[in-house]
Amino acid sequence: MSQLTIELNGERRVVPGPLTLAGLLEHVGLDPRAVVVERNREIVRRPQLASTPLLEGDVIELVHFVGGG
Amino acid sequence: MTESPPSPASDAPLTIGGRSFRSRLLVGTGKYRSNAEMVRAIEASGADVVTVAVRRVDLDRTKEEGALYHLSPDVYFLLANTAGCYSADEAVRYARLAREAGFNEFIKLEVIGDKETLLPDTAGLLVAARTLVKEGFQVLAYTNDDLITALRLEEAGCAAVMPLASPIGSGLGLLNPYSIRTIKRRLSVPVIVDAGVGTASDACLTMEQGVDGILMNTALAEATDPVQMAWAMRHAVEAGRAAWRAGRMPRREIAVPSSPTTGMLR
Repeated sequence: MSQLTIELNGERRVVPGPLTLAGLLEHVGLDPRAVVVERNREIVRRPQLASTPLLEGDVIELVHFVGGG
Repeated sequence: MTESPPSPASDAPLTIGGRSFRSRLLVGTGKYRSNAEMVRAIEASGADVVTVAVRRVDLDRTKEEGALYHLSPDVYFLLANTAGCYSADEAVRYARLAREAGFNEFIKLEVIGDKETLLPDTAGLLVAARTLVKEGFQVLAYTNDDLITALRLEEAGCAAVMPLASPIGSGLGLLNPYSIRTIKRRLSVPVIVDAGVGTASDACLTMEQGVDGILMNTALAEATDPVQMAWAMRHAVEAGRAAWRAGRMPRREIAVPSSPTTGMLR
């Protein structure tokens, strides 16, 4: 078991590795159906989350819909 | 809540990008004091289309119900916006994220040029609109009340053009009816006034210019009673639309009597 240092929603974060993007969502307690994942400025579609590994130094953005005008 | 009798001559639906909507009132989901009040107000408004923003998940509160938990995509058409974007690149990025999150290929495109007024950066707006149209988005472009920009947005392939009545959240109402009328007269795509409507008379006056719809958020969320205001806006939009369809009388600067001038007692 190793550790990965990533940037997650603008903050430096250490997570247990190895991890896929799906695993990362589980680690932070998010339902993949409720968020959109951007990895290094590229959107990773839901079907690919479980097969995309998280790498050291990845910049991850997790976004969703909120109220707005 | 009583419903008014239906308009005598039934109106066509609002059609944007191939989708048809019964209501010409579109509403935002931001700034409400509570989710419960938001849901009740949106219901009272009769709106079919509600806008939403795209933001980072709050990782400290992942177990909380989202603001949109009670707005079913089966009932409401969720129109994502690119609010808070100050460049074309940023807006395009947000639009792509929204499409991935969401339920349709529609986007309310905002490229803001100034923090104090939230007026659009029309140069960036046109660049973003062209990019997103090419990528297959149905782009509804928030713009100012300049005819030339509106024409360019239509030429770029936008599904609708959304000129502001006055700045976002200002509640100043329709500042330039002439400009809005001009835009509506010259464009073929739907014209939906977005931003600045404050109360029911603003909405009614705006619809009387002949536009296809109105988008509002703050007018409801910051009303003392948002549910009551939503009811008022629903009827104001319907009244203004009906008045426009009815064809108003001309304005004159001399009086013309309404009662006969003959048959007076001598």
